[in-house]
Amino acid sequence: MAGFEYLDHTADVALRGFGASVEEAFCAAARGLFGLMVELESVDETRSVSVSVHAETLEYLLVEWLSRLLAEKDLLGLVLSRFAVRIERHAKGVALSGTAWGERLDPRRHGAMVEVKGITYAGLRVWEQEGQWIAQCVVDT
Amino acid sequence: MNANDIGLERVGPAEWTLEKRDDMRVPGRIIADPATIDQLLSDIEGKKEWNALEQVHNVACLPGIVGASIALPDVHPGYGFPIGGVGAFGLDEGVAVVGGVGFDINCGVRLLASSRTVEEVRPLLAQLADALYAAVPAGLGAEGSLRLSVKEIDRVLQDGAHEAVRRGYGTAEDLRVIEEEGRFPGADPGTVSALAKQRQVRQVGTLGSGNHYLEVQVVDAVDDPEAARAYGLSAGQVVVSIHTGSRALGHQIGQDYLKEIGEASRRYGIPVRERELVCAPIDSPEGKRYLAAAACGANCAFANRQVIAHLVRGAFEEVLGARAALRTVYDIGHNNVKRERHRVEGKDRTLLVHRKGSTRAFGPGRDESPARYRAVGHPILVGGTMGTASYVLRGTPLGMEKVFGSGIHGAGRALSRKKAAKKYWGKTVIESMAQDGILVRAHSARGIAEEAPGAYKDVERVVQAAVDAGINRVVARLRPLAVVKG
Repeated sequence: MAGFEYLDHTADVALRGFGASVEEAFCAAARGLFGLMVELESVDETRSVSVSVHAETLEYLLVEWLSRLLAEKDLLGLVLSRFAVRIERHAKGVALSGTAWGERLDPRRHGAMVEVKGITYAGLRVWEQEGQWIAQCVVDT
Repeated sequence: MNANDIGLERVGPAEWTLEKRDDMRVPGRIIADPATIDQLLSDIEGKKEWNALEQVHNVACLPGIVGASIALPDVHPGYGFPIGGVGAFGLDEGVAVVGGVGFDINCGVRLLASSRTVEEVRPLLAQLADALYAAVPAGLGAEGSLRLSVKEIDRVLQDGAHEAVRRGYGTAEDLRVIEEEGRFPGADPGTVSALAKQRQVRQVGTLGSGNHYLEVQVVDAVDDPEAARAYGLSAGQVVVSIHTGSRALGHQIGQDYLKEIGEASRRYGIPVRERELVCAPIDSPEGKRYLAAAACGANCAFANRQVIAHLVRGAFEEVLGARAALRTVYDIGHNNVKRERHRVEGKDRTLLVHRKGSTRAFGPGRDESPARYRAVGHPILVGGTMGTASYVLRGTPLGMEKVFGSGIHGAGRALSRKKAAKKYWGKTVIESMAQDGILVRAHSARGIAEEAPGAYKDVERVVQAAVDAGINRVVARLRPLAVVKG
């Protein structure tokens, strides 16, 4: 089962996405990220945006992926609620290409909450445990 | 957990030393009350993945750190540096640390003083709160009235509050009473990514969300008449505090340079105990680039608070008339890195001082303070929580010696957002504050629950610890009348 949860961190929020594959865990973490900012269920999927990022490790790839989504939020004024990604390993590291679906932010209708400022490297981990992939990081709010 | 086990020793009424062990280049110095120390120790005992004492320790291991790795009474776990952290580095051997500033570069507080008393304002308070709520864009996705091209953004990055004044937001008089006169030196827009600038295009003059706020307050008590006179504050006077930072631009600079400086750390072979503590030698190309970009972020925050101050003045004028005149008392950041002169072991040295969740707090006689404040030292603006008090403090000679002239910045969180949202309902918080006579205008009910006063440490205790340690002095206490939140 894919999903996300928030762990306790005094100043900020530790975010954990999990799923049967690393791709599912990354998508769940992205949902967790936007779940801090809006009511995900209220978001229609009328717009989409493509994202390509790469990094040396899966951990750094998670930071690249989530911070790129944060940037898209401001550039296009979008909130995003559904994600699909493909992650490929290559000689120099890992690459992610994916699509995110959502719509223009309407603070009232989407039940806007706190804005996430950045994706930190604190508590950053991506690992497999008993057949489940977990992608974790602390976000600054 | 016993304090002795980790080498923590009480050396004063509100001062502790973390003994220099293993890779530490300097000891830790923690200014806090015993209850805060107990909390920090229990975080270690509970094997919390994030704890502030370990962060004080990690900062103490960085190259070129001078004196001590410092934490002030509002200390709580951050990432890299603790929140409430201060780290000063020698220019030759020291490093620039991205985590010593964080994502919200030059997040800070602007204090405006009105010429009205609480008795005069009270009957019109609801109208004033509505007018402020309407005038100042706040909350997730809010857009500023000022639309700038990327090229125009460059001028903001270069000139900070000066560019806002040039565009008609406020007056030259404001600039004299902003830290660094509203313009950090050394800003180079060429060091800031196009993405950072594009994200900011619609965000100049927006308040943001989370712990950012706009408050109408009354000067509740004056403890230091001499300094209060210098700052133009008196009991019963209505004032306004604006707490916000560099918005998306600062956030993206932080994100970009965590990556860039991370690579530099490896190139220069600097051992880093935590990825958030990535750093580069101050004089290296990467270190210089980061400092030039951080100055741009700081300038963006100054411009942002300048624009918002202007919008606040408009709302005041609309409701209370032009003679309610709002004068800027001071504007000071609490996430910054800058070069400063300090006396270290009897010698004058220029150091690179990082303050993460702490302010500059220069005591009497420093020429960095505006002329009118020089005799008493510039004001330190301490944000309270929504329901409690804020403070105006000042620095002391002892603070110059012990903590590189630094001051506390706020109450500091005690509960995570998650725990606060579970414990409080936004509506109930607003109602209970209304019973205390505080009006709340908020864009997000959940945001209010997460920012409930009970989610923070007791600000009075935090202030008391700074006073007990002799690093800061209380000038005046401010009590909220109306709060506007994102």
